[in-house]
Amino acid sequence: MSGSTVYVPADSSAVAVGADAVAEALGSLEDVTVVRTGSRGMLWLEPLVEVETPAGRVGYPNVTPGVVAGLVAEGLLSGVAVGASIGVVDEYPWLARQHRVSFARVGVIAPTDIAAYEEHGGWAGLRRALVMEPAEVVEELAASGLRGRGGAGFPTGIKWRTVLQTSADLKFVCCNLDEGDSGTFADRMLAEGDPFTLIEGMLVAAHAVGAREGYIYCRSEYPAAAATLRRAIDVAYAHGWLGDRIQGSDLSFDLFVRLGAGAYICGEETSMLESLEGRRGEVRAKPPIPAIEGLFGRPTVVNNVLTFAAVPMILADGGAAYAALGSGRSRGTQVFQLAGNVRQGGIVETDFGISLRDLVEDYGGGTVTGRPVRAVQVGGPLGAYLPATDLDVPMDYEALLEVGGMLGHGGVVVWDDTFDAARMARFAMEFCAKESCGKCTPCRIGSQRGVETIDRIIAGTERERNLLLLDDLCTTMTKGSLCAMGGLTPMPVQSAIRHFAEDFDRRTS
Amino acid sequence: MTHATSPSSGLDLRRSETVRRLAEQHATDRGALMVVLHAAVAELGHLERTDVETIADVLNLSVADVHGVVSFYKDFRTDPAPAHTVHLCRGEACQAVGAESVFAQARAQLAHRDDVEVDEVFCLGNCALGPSAMVDGRLHGRLSGERLLGLTEEWVR
Repeated sequence: MSGSTVYVPADSSAVAVGADAVAEALGSLEDVTVVRTGSRGMLWLEPLVEVETPAGRVGYPNVTPGVVAGLVAEGLLSGVAVGASIGVVDEYPWLARQHRVSFARVGVIAPTDIAAYEEHGGWAGLRRALVMEPAEVVEELAASGLRGRGGAGFPTGIKWRTVLQTSADLKFVCCNLDEGDSGTFADRMLAEGDPFTLIEGMLVAAHAVGAREGYIYCRSEYPAAAATLRRAIDVAYAHGWLGDRIQGSDLSFDLFVRLGAGAYICGEETSMLESLEGRRGEVRAKPPIPAIEGLFGRPTVVNNVLTFAAVPMILADGGAAYAALGSGRSRGTQVFQLAGNVRQGGIVETDFGISLRDLVEDYGGGTVTGRPVRAVQVGGPLGAYLPATDLDVPMDYEALLEVGGMLGHGGVVVWDDTFDAARMARFAMEFCAKESCGKCTPCRIGSQRGVETIDRIIAGTERERNLLLLDDLCTTMTKGSLCAMGGLTPMPVQSAIRHFAEDFDRRTS
Repeated sequence: MTHATSPSSGLDLRRSETVRRLAEQHATDRGALMVVLHAAVAELGHLERTDVETIADVLNLSVADVHGVVSFYKDFRTDPAPAHTVHLCRGEACQAVGAESVFAQARAQLAHRDDVEVDEVFCLGNCALGPSAMVDGRLHGRLSGERLLGLTEEWVR
């Protein structure tokens, strides 16, 4: 038979459950070419092997080195439906129902194959941007309705316009890849699976605001993402997509990867800028905003990975096409991340407005333990714990605010009925105490007092009085903290008390 | 923060030359300090007081400035790294699938060994396949107490 091409993810999550050994077993066979890709985001199926056939790529889930020989003998290399084969991956309902825009290429191409990137629609957005005036590019972004995907939801067009209109000898574009929120992994998967999309988005930003230097601040817990990005940057330089006079245009842009060093707070944009400048990651008071005085005091675009990843398509297809998707004031698609106690966890990119129930029950398939869902935390460790009765909330920025939650970075963490709200409220305060940068008192001291107060409530010591005290403390932290770390820690705490009050009234024997 | 100290020797001299070389290599990078500290820890395993002084000298910073940055970030360790590390995720998503009990079991199994460091970490980005841990720098998912024990079994003293 002629040679076969098989695809095996090199994504960290796939590797963590044995993808490397599977790739090695397949690579040792005659006439087999193994292509390492990102992950399709169907993480419960990893390691998911795909085989090239005339009908499309056929998928084989949860492959282990021990079953490779048997599957091959039964016809895996010809795409025969052996084992638990899911058939043609692109037609698999879980994936086919989604609307993959930012994640269109993740899991499909080899991450640093620049020719494959172009074949799959890469550079179209930048090419169009380069023949437009910077102000026109900014207006295209404004028209798209894109809002900051890091969690704050600030309109990207307005931010870029501010940087464009602020004159300076030097401007920067910085990408926040300090994805510390538990339950979120989309930034990592995009960086590992399709880094050129991020680079393209940053190049569009550079052209739009007049920046000539950029930094990607990657958390050190993501070594594979940093390595892939560095490889991609080298390839982009070699092919004239970075450096001086990019593709013969007037745009010159240098891009560097910098590593964080294990501090959650460096995901806060001003703390990240301090860290990039070589200092302790203490947050800055705003104003001045980074768009006017950012990195080294210069006007700086700071956006999350997913914000930049939406940009190429917005430029390629026009802002109006992106704005046509979504609900309310949340336009376009959102990359949701399903995690925790969920049977089918992974990446769900879809238009804003899908209900939390559809994500958890339909895509997620309920809990992995098979027990009822009791709580869902949306938006990372600073997001609210929502009860099962709130599952019908539409997923968009404003709708979540209305139920006392927030979208954050799009993480959805599912809990079954063993969820203990008091323990998790205490953990939220403990996490804040450990990760606070220490600059402002409400966060630095308040979080520690929060842990102690919740301990007294759990022990049943003057319960009513301590609940009042905790409420008062939460108000102080919300109103008095410099940044979202201390400002939002009360959100999981107070939502836990509001929706799961009974958990705070269990007398310890 | 305590710094390991050792008597002056040829080793110390080599160490300070290494640190100086790394600092000089990155001295012209914008905001070089984090880059230099990462490079020094990657090469030497941890930072000593004298390294802080050397880096401050090369980058024209005060020792206090460098010390402040070293002490702020978890990655810049000031004690020698043990032979093995087990960094277990205690993020919410991993807790939702039983990470706390894996963490407790890891402590019980390994905490008495001085060649193994068991520590917590908040999120490794493997939230759909938890509980997760970094074991000697490698990410593992779908962990249980038994699986973790299997991974660490071959570490003979």
